[in-house]
Parts: sequence; structure tokens; C-alpha cells
Amino acid sequence: MNQLPEMPCRELIEVITDYLEGALSAEDHRRFEEHLGTCTACVLYVEQFQAVIKAVGRITSEDQLDPELREGLVSAFRDWDG
Amino acid sequence: MEAGHQQSHEEHELVAALRNHDDAAFTKLVDTLSPSLLRVARGYVRDDQVAREVVQETWLGVIKGIDRFEGRSSVKTWVFRILMNIARTRGKVEARSAPFSALAGEDEDGPSLDADRFRPANADRAPDHWSIKPQVWRTPEEELLDGETHQVILDAIDKLPPRQKTVITLRDIEGWDAEEVRNALELSETNQRVLLHRARSKVRAALEDYDNEMQPAE
Repeated sequence: MNQLPEMPCRELIEVITDYLEGALSAEDHRRFEEHLGTCTACVLYVEQFQAVIKAVGRITSEDQLDPELREGLVSAFRDWDG
Repeated sequence: MEAGHQQSHEEHELVAALRNHDDAAFTKLVDTLSPSLLRVARGYVRDDQVAREVVQETWLGVIKGIDRFEGRSSVKTWVFRILMNIARTRGKVEARSAPFSALAGEDEDGPSLDADRFRPANADRAPDHWSIKPQVWRTPEEELLDGETHQVILDAIDKLPPRQKTVITLRDIEGWDAEEVRNALELSETNQRVLLHRARSKVRAALEDYDNEMQPAE
């Protein structure tokens, strides 16, 4: 295996989503993982990043439409004869 | 490609129910999609009342259009497209009369963190490595998932530029896959990822700030 140039921290934190989506080149994928093998700060950052994705996924909004508006839409739907 | 969209059995039933004036199916769709529609609409128009009107108009558009819906995209993609057309138009009208455009400052090319978090590129030792490392958060992960940090996350998302807000809402809150988002927003693969990454990075930074404030000064 060739020695690849190290992926520095500044670069790594910009490509986490690419990494998670499988969009990195094979070379960059290896550089990403090799760097994580040596840098606990980047491991922590990536863990926090993943925790954020999970936390965002838990958001459920109570921000519903006002009941009158909702009722109005349902009756518009009922009355529409398209 | 959207042309290849396969209408699932459920989608097929949903469309049939809507065409048959099935109130329950329509109400369920309204309740399921409206919170995200509102969040996305707020990315384009600043006034909350206008955002609600945009969502209302969207649903009226759905009612009028359902008979012509050809099922070449999923129902939700179609609904969000209607929303975005209306929201963009209303956003432009609003921007003309408002002193500051809410659409300014997409800043998609800035770094995810302040430049001074890293050593300079020309440093003798460890260039572009951390100078200010991330710290272990005091906020426990369970609280991240359920507690008041939800409000921190929502506030951070509300402050995002429109396209970043839309992408993180659809991908991470609604759970759409990358291709659905690309189709609905007409984005390239790269662009979709860049917007998503910017958005996630800013939410993470907001949580980091929140966590720092929780810590007594040392």
C-alpha cells in the first residue's frame, strides 16, 4: 500500500458527511480512517457530529397548523369537486 | 432519476384515497407534513404569518392538483415542490418590501469551524491540526436526545440560510434519502452534501456553545 498524505484535522472535519454518505474516493476514505486511528480529538468531533445527527432526527415538532386553518383545509378538500 | 420513480402500493393507495375525497387520508397527510412545510417555508419568508399562508396555499394547490398528479415523484416530493414554488415567489415579494432580505448570506463556502480552531497551514509543527480541540460535552447523550437541547437545536436550524435549513429538515428530521432531496430541490449530489454538511456543522457548533455555557469558567 502506498503511503498517502495525511488528512489533517482541518480537512477531515469538512468531509464527515461525505464519509458517512460513502462519497469519498477510496484514497480519501483511507486517509480519513487512518487519521482517525491517530487523532482522539477528531474521533471525538466525529462522535459529536454523529450524536448531533441522531439528536436532530429525534426532533418532533409540535408546530402544527392552527386548528381553524386545518379545519378550513379539510373542508376545502371535502368541497372541492375537481 | 425521477422518471424511474416506482409508485409503491402505499403511495398508490394514498393517491387513490385523495382522489376519492377521503378526508381521513388528507387530514393525516396534512398533519404529517405540515410541521416540516412550515419550517421550510420560514426559510424563505420571514414573517411567521406569511409562512402559514404559504403552507395553506400549498395544501390548496395539492387539493386542486391531485387529479392531475401523475405519480412521477412521490407525493411528499410533489407537495414540497408546490411549497417551494409558492415560498420562493412570496419570499421575493417580501424581500422587496423588507429592509433586510432573509435570503441573504447563504455562506455555503465558509469553513465549518472558526479558522483559529486549527494551527496555521504553514505552522512548523502539525499544520492544519487542532489548536483548540473539541472538549467532551457535559451534556449527556440522553439529554441531547430529549432535553432542553432540543430548543437549542431548533434555534440553530431556524438561523440557517434557507437551502441549508431545507436540506437538514428533509434529510435529518424527515428522514428523506439523498436522492429524494436532490429531486425535490433540484440540487446536484455534491451541492446536497455541502448544504447538509454546513447545516449539521452549525448545529454541532451551537451545541458546543451551549455546552460551554453550561460549564463553570475555569
